[in-house]
Amino acid sequence: MNMTMSMEMLLATGIGAMTAVGVYLILHRRTFPVIMGLTFLSYAVNVFLFAMGRLAIDLPPIVSKTAAGYTDPLPQALVLTAIVITFGMTALIVVLSLRAYLETGSDDVGLGVPPDSADPDGRRDGAAP
Amino acid sequence: MKIALIVLIPFLGALLPLLLIRAGRNVCTIAAASVTGLALVILLTTVPEVYSGTVPRFSAEWLPALGLSASFFIDGLGLFFAALILGIGFLIIIYTRFYLDRSDPMGRFFAYLLLFQGSMVGIVLSDNILLLTVFWELTSLSSFLLIGFWYHLPESRAGARMALVVTGGGGLALMGGMLLLGNIAGSFELSEILTRGEAIKASPLYLPMLLLILLGAFSKSAQFPFHFWLPHAMAAPTPVSAYLHSATMVKAGVFLMARLWPALAGTPEWFLIVSLTGLVTMVIAAWIALFKDDLKALLAFSTVSHLGFMTMLLGLGTRSAVIAAVFHILNHATFKAALFMSAGIVDHETGTRDIRKLGGLRHAMPITAILAVLACASMAGVPLFNGFLSKEMMLEEASHTVYAGQAWLFPLLATVGALLSAAYSARLAFHVFFGTARHDTPKHPHDPPFGMWLPVAVLIVPVIAIGLAPAFFAGAIVERTALAAAGGALPPYYLALWHGLTPALAMSVTALGGGLLALWLYLPLNGLRLAVPRPDAMTLFQAVITALVVASRRIIDTIDNRDLTRYLGVIMVAICVFGLAGFFGATHAPGDRATLAVTLPALIGWAVLLAACGLIVLRHQDRLFALIVTSVVGLVVSLAFLQFSAPDLALTQISVEVVTTILLLLAINLLPRTTPDEMPRRGKLTAGAIALIAGGGTAALAYAVMTRGFDTISTYHIENSKPGGGGTNVVNVILVDFRGYDTFGEIIVLAIAALTIYALLDSALRGAAARRLDAIRNGPQANPQAHDPHPLLLTVVTRALLPISVVAGIYILLRGHNMPGGGFIAGLIVAIAFLMQYMASGYAWAHQRARLDAHTMIGGGVALAGVTGLVSLLFNRPFLTSSFGYFHFPLFGEVELASAMAFDIGVFFTVVGTCLLSLATLSRVEDRAEPPDDHGRRA
Repeated sequence: MNMTMSMEMLLATGIGAMTAVGVYLILHRRTFPVIMGLTFLSYAVNVFLFAMGRLAIDLPPIVSKTAAGYTDPLPQALVLTAIVITFGMTALIVVLSLRAYLETGSDDVGLGVPPDSADPDGRRDGAAP
Repeated sequence: MKIALIVLIPFLGALLPLLLIRAGRNVCTIAAASVTGLALVILLTTVPEVYSGTVPRFSAEWLPALGLSASFFIDGLGLFFAALILGIGFLIIIYTRFYLDRSDPMGRFFAYLLLFQGSMVGIVLSDNILLLTVFWELTSLSSFLLIGFWYHLPESRAGARMALVVTGGGGLALMGGMLLLGNIAGSFELSEILTRGEAIKASPLYLPMLLLILLGAFSKSAQFPFHFWLPHAMAAPTPVSAYLHSATMVKAGVFLMARLWPALAGTPEWFLIVSLTGLVTMVIAAWIALFKDDLKALLAFSTVSHLGFMTMLLGLGTRSAVIAAVFHILNHATFKAALFMSAGIVDHETGTRDIRKLGGLRHAMPITAILAVLACASMAGVPLFNGFLSKEMMLEEASHTVYAGQAWLFPLLATVGALLSAAYSARLAFHVFFGTARHDTPKHPHDPPFGMWLPVAVLIVPVIAIGLAPAFFAGAIVERTALAAAGGALPPYYLALWHGLTPALAMSVTALGGGLLALWLYLPLNGLRLAVPRPDAMTLFQAVITALVVASRRIIDTIDNRDLTRYLGVIMVAICVFGLAGFFGATHAPGDRATLAVTLPALIGWAVLLAACGLIVLRHQDRLFALIVTSVVGLVVSLAFLQFSAPDLALTQISVEVVTTILLLLAINLLPRTTPDEMPRRGKLTAGAIALIAGGGTAALAYAVMTRGFDTISTYHIENSKPGGGGTNVVNVILVDFRGYDTFGEIIVLAIAALTIYALLDSALRGAAARRLDAIRNGPQANPQAHDPHPLLLTVVTRALLPISVVAGIYILLRGHNMPGGGFIAGLIVAIAFLMQYMASGYAWAHQRARLDAHTMIGGGVALAGVTGLVSLLFNRPFLTSSFGYFHFPLFGEVELASAMAFDIGVFFTVVGTCLLSLATLSRVEDRAEPPDDHGRRA
């Protein structure tokens, strides 16, 4: 077992950090941090999926006679479309939250809970900034 | 097929009255009656067959894997019930014509009635018990519509709802019971099930199955303790009460018990539950009926009592009792439907159904009086009427029944039931039609039109005929029906008026005499009844329903407090719990795959990433800062892709990063600039703890996987990329060829996202959103920098860059098949080039000059990709099969053209269109929020 510094370790901890930030941010009550959190989670998920093909340096999956070998192209293909879809999804939720903000004057993710019935510790102010 | 038609005709025919009501009420009635008549005639053509002992069948497979088939059969029992349903239905339709008011929507009424009729016929003719259950539910639904026909009346609605809740709830139990029965018997076909009675009764699941089925049957047939719904269902128009609540639907439960009798009956459980339920129902309902002042309520409880009578007989488990039950079903159907219709006539003619307000109607309406009194006599069990005969047989069965060691229980209670039955029949006859005539009724009564009393008269004929010569008029029917119900040979029995001096005769005489005595003692008895507290079913029912609603609301309010953040928290915790359980449930130690040595650039990138992560946690309230930090992370991610041999991913990530950042910048401009730091410390700690567990778990998982060896399936893709797909960039060949279908789906998702964004923003220029936009424009939040005209330098440079970027994009698109690039990346690059124009020169300027509409690009792109795939179908290859060839072009030399390239161009246009549509629409909204510039025009 080799737990010393390696590229794998760097990438794994990077994925972990991005996941943690993503989860932390989506647990907020305003749309913007939630969007940021989802962006971080998307990074983490995409890199995680990519890493399932293991890491290789200087072995791009481009067929040529001189290539020493190829890294796994399949996760790359999956992640490529995932990145683009992530963009589509991010754009959609950004616009959704924007429209919701323009419509209601609030960027709270709650579904219109009246302030008095909210959590006992009174986290909600319900007011638009 | 003929058999299936009998069931289908009422369903199809239900459309006719709706269409023909415009042609008048008579045409509508004729149409409805013809539909019923046609079904009845077809049914009657099977009589010779069935009565010669054969059983016509029809079967069509429906969902064989589930045991559901559209199979029907007609045996004696089914024929008997179907004839009752269709025959009485026919009379009811004629009666309805005269009963319903001009203002009542008759077409709708007949449509409901025929739907109900079809469902009932379906129940009695189904060979498949699942199909039977479906029809069973259909009767609950269609009776709901019929009971609530006068939906402007609150009691109609309440009654309909109660009937639906009780019978629908019973239907659920029945469904469970039927599924169990089918599993025990190994078949869902009745004809199979009925032959496997021994195995079914021996099964350990027999008791739960029996209880569930009985729950369905008892609730439908209003047996105690479910007897309360039927009187409330009497809020329905009288034809409905007569049809559903005396002749047909309430008999469905009795039918079911008779139908399954050979398979289920004869066990101690069956005897103890069914016979006692029936007996108790018979007595209690008769007692209640005696004191009902509403004619229909009296008849309703009398029906419940008689249903208890039949249930008790079926519960006894002997074949002779089955004969008595069948005979009584026939007799009851005739006299009770006649009585309901008579009650309807009285109501119709006098304007009231309250017995206390009626009296001496024999003078005003002699025909109705004669018919009704004859029917009452039959219900009371007076000799020479058919009701006497079956009651006699019932008393005979009860007289030698020993229940739980008590020989006196059944004879006594059965006599009491019969006594009460005689008493309320006498009350109905004497208090309504005899005595002094009343002249204070709301309407001045006289006999109704011919069409209204004729159906009653038609039903009185068998009442007397069977009463006088039972063996001649009913012998064959009873025998054939009882044979089918009992599922085997019948013991010797005689349908005759005189059986000698039997205990049953003594009980019968006691009952009749006692009945008259009870009526004479009516007032003291009523006083006794009133002295005892009685639960009101409707109040109890409403209380139960209200309590259920309150409890559900409380649970929902606790779980669903509309706090999305908490939902996400719960989801995250659940993911962590399951993830950890899986993680520690298996080996998660890192493997021994050779790891890669750390390089300095990688270490720097890693440090930058971690720093960015830390910064955003601490300072994400500043939204612009958070956005910048996020972009840094995106850059590190694309560098990581580049480092680890994924040039395509690196290119895609970096261009997506640019587009996303522009998008978020545009959005930030309209959203609040900062996130209030409103989360309490405890919340932050909780969120942080969840986040650390999630992040740590993901990191450990990723590390464990990356350090282990694996077998890839990609060898195939690498080997076939060039020979099969015609490209050397394996990632791109996978996208446009091997997994082309996936890519096709993905660009469609993109297109949908873009169109949704357009829809969301396009309509934001009106209403509340537009007012808020105006407020932003004029409000304090307006950015003073927004007054600046578009920076000249940026404008010039972006305009000069446009053609270069477009050419670069096209180059990347075309080379994508062999080198890093392709439709996705090229699309993003070209989109960025165009977006720069929007940013630098403003929405209006750019929009005016846009030659290609973004919608067209999206639609065209998806279409092009789809058509490319379809072309391969022309060559008999699967959808999206790629083909390629080498062509010689002057000047260019040898050029490879693959059909996948057309597909990739489709991807390209979809991506460009998506980006442009999303961001251009956003900038258009932005434009609205921008203050007018110095020249007084909006940029």
